[in-house]
Amino acid sequence: MLRLEARANPSRLMVWLSPLLALAITVAFGVAIFLAMGKNPLHGLSMFFWEPLKNAYSLSELALKASPLILIGLGLAACYRSNVWNIGAEGQYIVGAIFGGGVALLAGDTTSHAIVLPILLAGVLGGMVWAALVALLRDWFNANEILVSLMLVYVAQYLLDYLVYGPWKDPEGYNFPQTKMFADPALLGHLIEGTRLNWGFPIALVAVGLVWVFLFRSVQGFRLQVGGLAPGAARYAGYSSRKALWTVLLMSGGFAGLAGSLDAIGPLQQLTPQVSQGYGFAAIIVAFVGRLNPVGIVLSGALMAMFYIGGELAQSRLGLPNAMTGVFQGLLLFSLLACDILIDHRIRFKR
Amino acid sequence: MRLALEHISKSYPGVKANDDISLAVQPGEIHAVLGENGAGKSTLMKIIYGAVQPDAGQIVWNGAPVRMKNPGMARELGIAMVYQHFSLFDTLTAAENIWLGLGRGTSLSEVETRIDAIAQRYGLDCAPRRPVHTLSVGERQRVEIIRCLLADPKLLILDEPTSVLTPQAVEKLFVVLRQLAADGCSILYISHKLDEIRNLCHHCTVLRGGRVSGRVDPAQETEASLSRLMIGADPPALQHRPSQPGEVLLQVDDLDLPGDGEFSVNLDHLSLEVRAGEILGIAGVSGNGQQELLATLSGEDRRARPAAVRLAGEPVGTLGPGERRKRGLHFIPEERLGRATVPVLSLEQNMLLTARPAEATRHGLIHRQTLREQAQAVIARFGVKAGGPQAAARSLSGGNLQKYIVGREILGQPRVLLVAQPTWGVDVGAAAQIRAELLALRDVGCALLVISEELDELFEIADRLQVMARGRLSPSIVRAEATLEQIGVWMSGLWPQADAATSKEVAHAAA
Repeated sequence: MLRLEARANPSRLMVWLSPLLALAITVAFGVAIFLAMGKNPLHGLSMFFWEPLKNAYSLSELALKASPLILIGLGLAACYRSNVWNIGAEGQYIVGAIFGGGVALLAGDTTSHAIVLPILLAGVLGGMVWAALVALLRDWFNANEILVSLMLVYVAQYLLDYLVYGPWKDPEGYNFPQTKMFADPALLGHLIEGTRLNWGFPIALVAVGLVWVFLFRSVQGFRLQVGGLAPGAARYAGYSSRKALWTVLLMSGGFAGLAGSLDAIGPLQQLTPQVSQGYGFAAIIVAFVGRLNPVGIVLSGALMAMFYIGGELAQSRLGLPNAMTGVFQGLLLFSLLACDILIDHRIRFKR
Repeated sequence: MRLALEHISKSYPGVKANDDISLAVQPGEIHAVLGENGAGKSTLMKIIYGAVQPDAGQIVWNGAPVRMKNPGMARELGIAMVYQHFSLFDTLTAAENIWLGLGRGTSLSEVETRIDAIAQRYGLDCAPRRPVHTLSVGERQRVEIIRCLLADPKLLILDEPTSVLTPQAVEKLFVVLRQLAADGCSILYISHKLDEIRNLCHHCTVLRGGRVSGRVDPAQETEASLSRLMIGADPPALQHRPSQPGEVLLQVDDLDLPGDGEFSVNLDHLSLEVRAGEILGIAGVSGNGQQELLATLSGEDRRARPAAVRLAGEPVGTLGPGERRKRGLHFIPEERLGRATVPVLSLEQNMLLTARPAEATRHGLIHRQTLREQAQAVIARFGVKAGGPQAAARSLSGGNLQKYIVGREILGQPRVLLVAQPTWGVDVGAAAQIRAELLALRDVGCALLVISEELDELFEIADRLQVMARGRLSPSIVRAEATLEQIGVWMSGLWPQADAATSKEVAHAAA
């Protein structure tokens, strides 16, 4: 008989093995799903795990998709480590895209390329504003940040809809709900000729380093985490839980907003109602699969990007529904939560 | 033979909690199980009660071997247990609580009648129709005992029953237990208090490190000989020299604060002062406002007026813990894990919470080398047994973690030190060391306020005593002039100046 037995100390090995185990389970389920749908499972898996890696161009696309996921995941990691459950990064991403896009729309063909900086700062500001609403409601009225941040996602989406169906609609856009294309100076150039890779990826990598130092080497980061791990100890030490709440929400809002504005003036080049492909929600999975650790988040961000690209390929080449992306994401998170029990427990075989 | 345990062993990952333990209890016998915290007493009781299964050995009940599958089976056989921590719903009455635990088919009024009958028979005063949150701790314990007695048990297990009682309530409990035994009920009495065991029990099994270290007749033993069996060595004697108090460093002036929550205690016009070089002991049963007072003093609760709390004359009532710590006020709370330390963080990281954070930071970044040296210094100076500065706080035993916390706060060079339950759950050797450190701190001019449930401890280290009851503080009394009995009476709220009307109500509640 199988029995779960509590470990005396949590296993450090399992902390990192658990995501790999979860990935293996996800793949196993993937095989079953491909078989059930009458597809060659090897062929199906290759869409997710080989095609996105096979050459320089695929890798550049992977990095392009992974960048927003990593940026948002970093901010969320800080939140979750502080016991602040921001699950509205999707909304903060959208508002970042709106703010950044709003500035980008001001640019004409003769504007200086330097406008990119105000665009990105506007994006950061937009995300922060949206997250600040959450902090405010929690701080002043003790509203549950899970619900409030989630509901603000829909408000953000409707705000975007209003703008692209209304005041910001491109007059020459054949009545499609979209803004005009941003002028060239407002766009992020391609880093490597022949790819769509832009400055978003290097920015994300720098952010990884900064967040790592913040979380693991700074006093402020330490205080946040004490608040998350043991609120009683934080009170005892005199760390302000309000300050922690505002810090992490503004931080994660800022990162999500930055990601939104980078995408707006990167691959999207205009605002449409479909600015986000659910990156804000996928980044929650990225943060947890990456063990709320900035370096882990780079890996899990890349993995999640593979799911996005693989889903699109499975749709165009195998005729599978694009929902495969969501299925893989869900399976991964679900398996991870199940595997995490092995961190504090071990399996014993007993007769 | 009512109950016999034969060669019981039980291991948990990393520890052997019970190792080849045998003991036998006769009908009508009060049998003590004596041992330090962590000696394996609780595990053994859980095995008897069916809450834990032994790895080896067997239980013989009334001559027949049984496999105690679960507590339900134990209850059916006639075994009842009163836990150290009560499981009563605060908002229900005593009778409703008992009624809840009974099978269907009994009406509430029937239960109330039966409670009255049992209360009468054993002299267990109890108000079955009052909500539990209005009952004193002693009364709550009586409710638990009556709950057990309703099932007419053959064996009653009591786990550290006196840790929450005033000395007078302990005496009352003993009368009840002796009468129960005379009626033929066997009692297993778990404790680490030597005087109680010598007073009450017929036989005593001593546990040390999960093994039986002695089987004795407690009446034939001295406290010293029992203590030697329990800890394997004589506890070091403490030197208590009279103090030379200096200026007032901590002053509480007419602190009046409503409780912050449904069941928290209102602080009722408290005043106290602690001088440099003296230890003020606050006696009293837990839950009488100690937590609330400490939170107000430490700065975790900042609702008091500024002048209600003064540090060296400066009003600090609205300052946070960090600000107060900068002014020299350090605090050792009762909860070691989750308050004094973050359980999953290393000892080194836990240094940063309070000791000397400014020294270990550079431009907002943590200087880990300094932290490690600080942690190392505490570990070395206080003889903390730990796997080094990197060991997680929760990997330490209670005593070692407490030594670490005390050491950390002493390293912070406090001018005023608040200590709650300094040796709760700590083994005798570590307890003696901690008390000696507190006295040494006093001798270098620190003002200490020590809150403890253990009267012996306060009599050992305090220079003056005050008693806390129902959110009030008694006048201060010099320790040398206080008696155990007098403090016991005061613990019920009955000190001289307490006005007549309230003391009556208090006496009723605490009886």
